Amino acid sequence: MTTSTSLVYLIALPLLGATVLLLAGRRSDKWGHLLATALSASSFGVGLYQLSQMLARPTEERAVTQKLFSWINVGTFNVDAGLLLDQLSICFVLLITGVGTLIHIYSISYMSHDENRRRFFAYLNLFIAAMLLLVLGDSYLNLYVGWEGVGLASYLLIGFWNQKPAYATASKKAFVMNRVGDMGLSFAIMIAFATLGTVSFSGVEEASHTASKAALTAIGIMLLVAATGKSAQFPLQAWLGDAMAGPTPVSALIHAATMVTAGVYLIVRSNFIFDAAPTAQLLVVIVGAITLTFGALVGTAKDDIKKALAASTMSQIGYMILGAGLGPAGYAFAIMHLLTHGFFKAGMFLGAGSVMHGMNDQVDMRRYGALRKFMPITFATFGLGYLAIIGVPPFAGFYSKDAIIETAFNAGGVKGILLGSTALLGAAITAFYMTRVMVLTFTSKQRWEDNQHPHESPLLMWAPMAILAVGSVTTGFLFTRGDALVHWLSPVVGEHAEGENLLLQPIVVSGLALLAVAIGVAIAIMKYQLSEVDAIAPHDVSVFTRIARKDLLQDSFNEAVFMRPGQALTSLLVKGDQNVVDGAVRGIGRTALGAGSVLRKTQTGFARSYAALILIGAIVLIAGIWVVTQ
Amino acid sequence: MNALTSMMLLPLLGSLLIAVIPNDQVLRIKQAALGTTLLIAISGVMAWFKFDAGNTSLQFVQISQWIPSFGINYAVGVDGLALVLILMSVLLAPIVVLAGWNESEGGRWSVKVFYILILVLETMMIGVFAATDIFLFYVFFEAMLIPVYFLIGGFGSGERAAAAVKFLLYSLFGGLLMLASIIGLYVIAGKHGGHTFDVGQLSELHKFMSPTTQNLLFLGFFIAFAIKAPVWPLHTWLPDAAAAATPGTSVLLLGVLDKVGTFGMIRFCLALFPDASKTFTPIILVLAVISIVYGAFLAIGARDIKRLIAYTSISHFGFITMGIFAMTSQGHSGATLYMFNHGFSTAALFLVAGWMISRRGSSTISDFGGLQRVTPVMAWSFFIAGMSSLALPGLSSFVSEFLVLVGTYTRYPVAAVIATFGIVLAALYILIPVQKALHGPTTPGNENLTDLNLREKIAIAPVIAVIVALGFYPAPLLNVINPASAHVIASQGFTDPVPSESAGK
Repeated sequence: MTTSTSLVYLIALPLLGATVLLLAGRRSDKWGHLLATALSASSFGVGLYQLSQMLARPTEERAVTQKLFSWINVGTFNVDAGLLLDQLSICFVLLITGVGTLIHIYSISYMSHDENRRRFFAYLNLFIAAMLLLVLGDSYLNLYVGWEGVGLASYLLIGFWNQKPAYATASKKAFVMNRVGDMGLSFAIMIAFATLGTVSFSGVEEASHTASKAALTAIGIMLLVAATGKSAQFPLQAWLGDAMAGPTPVSALIHAATMVTAGVYLIVRSNFIFDAAPTAQLLVVIVGAITLTFGALVGTAKDDIKKALAASTMSQIGYMILGAGLGPAGYAFAIMHLLTHGFFKAGMFLGAGSVMHGMNDQVDMRRYGALRKFMPITFATFGLGYLAIIGVPPFAGFYSKDAIIETAFNAGGVKGILLGSTALLGAAITAFYMTRVMVLTFTSKQRWEDNQHPHESPLLMWAPMAILAVGSVTTGFLFTRGDALVHWLSPVVGEHAEGENLLLQPIVVSGLALLAVAIGVAIAIMKYQLSEVDAIAPHDVSVFTRIARKDLLQDSFNEAVFMRPGQALTSLLVKGDQNVVDGAVRGIGRTALGAGSVLRKTQTGFARSYAALILIGAIVLIAGIWVVTQ
Repeated sequence: MNALTSMMLLPLLGSLLIAVIPNDQVLRIKQAALGTTLLIAISGVMAWFKFDAGNTSLQFVQISQWIPSFGINYAVGVDGLALVLILMSVLLAPIVVLAGWNESEGGRWSVKVFYILILVLETMMIGVFAATDIFLFYVFFEAMLIPVYFLIGGFGSGERAAAAVKFLLYSLFGGLLMLASIIGLYVIAGKHGGHTFDVGQLSELHKFMSPTTQNLLFLGFFIAFAIKAPVWPLHTWLPDAAAAATPGTSVLLLGVLDKVGTFGMIRFCLALFPDASKTFTPIILVLAVISIVYGAFLAIGARDIKRLIAYTSISHFGFITMGIFAMTSQGHSGATLYMFNHGFSTAALFLVAGWMISRRGSSTISDFGGLQRVTPVMAWSFFIAGMSSLALPGLSSFVSEFLVLVGTYTRYPVAAVIATFGIVLAALYILIPVQKALHGPTTPGNENLTDLNLREKIAIAPVIAVIVALGFYPAPLLNVINPASAHVIASQGFTDPVPSESAGK
């Protein structure tokens, strides 16, 4: 395989930024954000250079590796600090550094009034470095380092304003729920080592050809657990909504475009495992289908613009996971939707940030309305992202989402019909809730007080939004022209022969999808554009709305099943430790040694009792030796 | 002179020097203590450089007759395991002295006594890991209690006298059981080739023992070490002692002295009684797993920051014990590396917690709040130490914890699976105090706390540097540890499990 000596710079540059900014502290307040942005951009530059090199090589030599050093070597457990850049990871590298740099630029302005802006940029660079390690590591253990690294960065950024207790709690919740998922990754690595004897991607791939289905299924299921944590998929989805406590650029970069899609990467990267483990693969599509519906339903009831977008992210990643669970037919489409989503969702989050910026940090969409006139650029860029996500041709989401719906329908049998219908229904709900966001924010009547002065955001903020909007328009078309992305990825994820007996022809699927979208849009327009919207969320709503507002009771469930029993157990153990365990040991000691009186004496004594005890010990020893040597 | 012997003599010379410095020259005394510990640290690093990692026999060996009529020798020597633990001890000592610059004042006795105790303790810490004569080991094992007892009882806080006595009673109880076993060994040795306390020769004796004898003698050692380590349910002395001791003493107590327990399990329990070790492995693994989960739950429920750290250590010692008895090269090397890493991450936690407590005048977690904005450097130091305690990848403890888990999984998957739940609990027991103490609004009484001063920064920086450096590059230690672990595994008659799906299935 081709080797390279420059892959490490992709990670080293942003890592350097984070280190310098954190160690230099306040001294770097003046220039820290510029350094961080420049380093992120440089990393993007290295990525482009790597892409040009890759394109210059023949297909079979495109993947490059770099071994940095030997990391952990014990017995047969040998893990190098090694990097792998292939057709799959280059997509992520460019997404992470490209969108990442745009968000750095946006944040220069967005965070300009925050006294800790430098620290914010340090965390952003730390995130970029960790995320790049995640997608560049050449083994599951290296991936794990990036995997928890992004978790740390996410924790720090969600809690960036952790002086607010609720935000501090949100960051802790995200970390802990992610750790539950990380446990899955730990198990997957342990099982891989115990059964296959290796944890590197290439080693596991090779071993997967001969390994038993049971072993691969176990590994696959554990990888899925990991993916549900990081990608906020059912049942580990509850942290994502709260994660919106972080500054909006963070929501755009980490909790929409990149980190939360790491689960999709993990599954696609492990295609050799899932292809050989149908049960694990089935679970993947089930998780995807549940989450895409779950997120969409929650999205219909949220009045907080960021939480509505977060629910939407969860749902869209559900589509990606569904695609990834469909095997070689779906991997490339999952990645395609991931990339197009990276553009349009990041763009919309930045748009939401722009709206908040103009509205004194108001996030309640019921207090928005008619902002189209005041923020024309934000309206336009957000609107293009909107058209992309609901899947209107020729915008990006149309291509990528349709491909997943189509593949789902053609998965065969009842499974195909169920999955396809779910994806189609999801598309209708997506159209509904996104239209709702669009209408409530931009086109409905004004519901804010007259003392508000909404205004368009400065150039540094709208320029990144505009660039992302261009991506929302064009990427779908570009990726599908001549099946470009499918062919590009096929050396990594395998070829898929087009089936002969398609359940539904592509044109039929597109027609159905467009019909679903039209229905969703129409209902939303009737409900929100054509009728009055309350500026305060009404209370006399259906049970469904109430449950959806509470995220389908996810928190109540977790609290009742895990948190409260856990707390009860903790306090029980704390009491038991003092009274039972300590007491029992003391009791046994007292009985066994008849030392009750000694104990009472020593409660007050120190040196004298100790000296006496030592003396006794010594006498016993000498006596013992004397006896046995006789 | 022998490297180990000279390292043991240096602290004694240092304490003699301190003894002649007048009582009122406090700064001079502190400087002498710091200088001595630094000198020993340097000689420790030099010993590590001189150590031949490829050679599995004992190195820096010195054997001199001590009490010839009983066959007792002054015998020292180290393998990779002992070397790593000695290195950890001598590196931590100057950090403890520097970090706790003012801990020595305001105690029951003078500053001079404090540092003499610390230095005498350092001699014993080196001796206990270096001894290859079991009688010599026992002497160090018991004698170590004396300086610690006085350090807790004389310079601690709160219920220091009661905590010191509890510590002493637990330890003495274990020590007496071990003594009985040692005598038993001595008797058996006498029947088979002559009285000796040499560990190497004693490790041949198990061939002559009945299973019952071996089991009983094993238990004598194991209980002593399980109290030291501490393993559930013999752990209750530790939180009390850690809460009462000064932070520096706690670092030495949890970071170094407790390691004598896990070190002893490898050096004595496994080496002397291989069959009994196998017999008791299931029970010990159960206790280890209970320690992991139990310690974590109690840490989650702890309200006092020192007790919290003590409970996290119980959980961590569970990992170490599990790794030792998993009997795989990954588990064993992981456990040894864990001992070293735990020393540093616990040191970081205790030292920073100590600074927080001395500034705030309270060790109750809820008395803090919003420190990240008042004292950013102190808060960051605590946070990084916490991340190390929860074994964040990229920090040293991740490498050792993962090795223990993966090494245990290959032989005892159930134990490893339960233990892995500990990583979620670890996230809770670290992030809960982080949230309470560092995040949120600044609680009244904390507004004017001062951030770390230069001395404190100099003390914590190397600890954090070691934690980060070994996270990315553990090879310098693993290269020394691996041959020793492989030797133990092989001498126990074990080989690593073969991957179940490999070609040779």
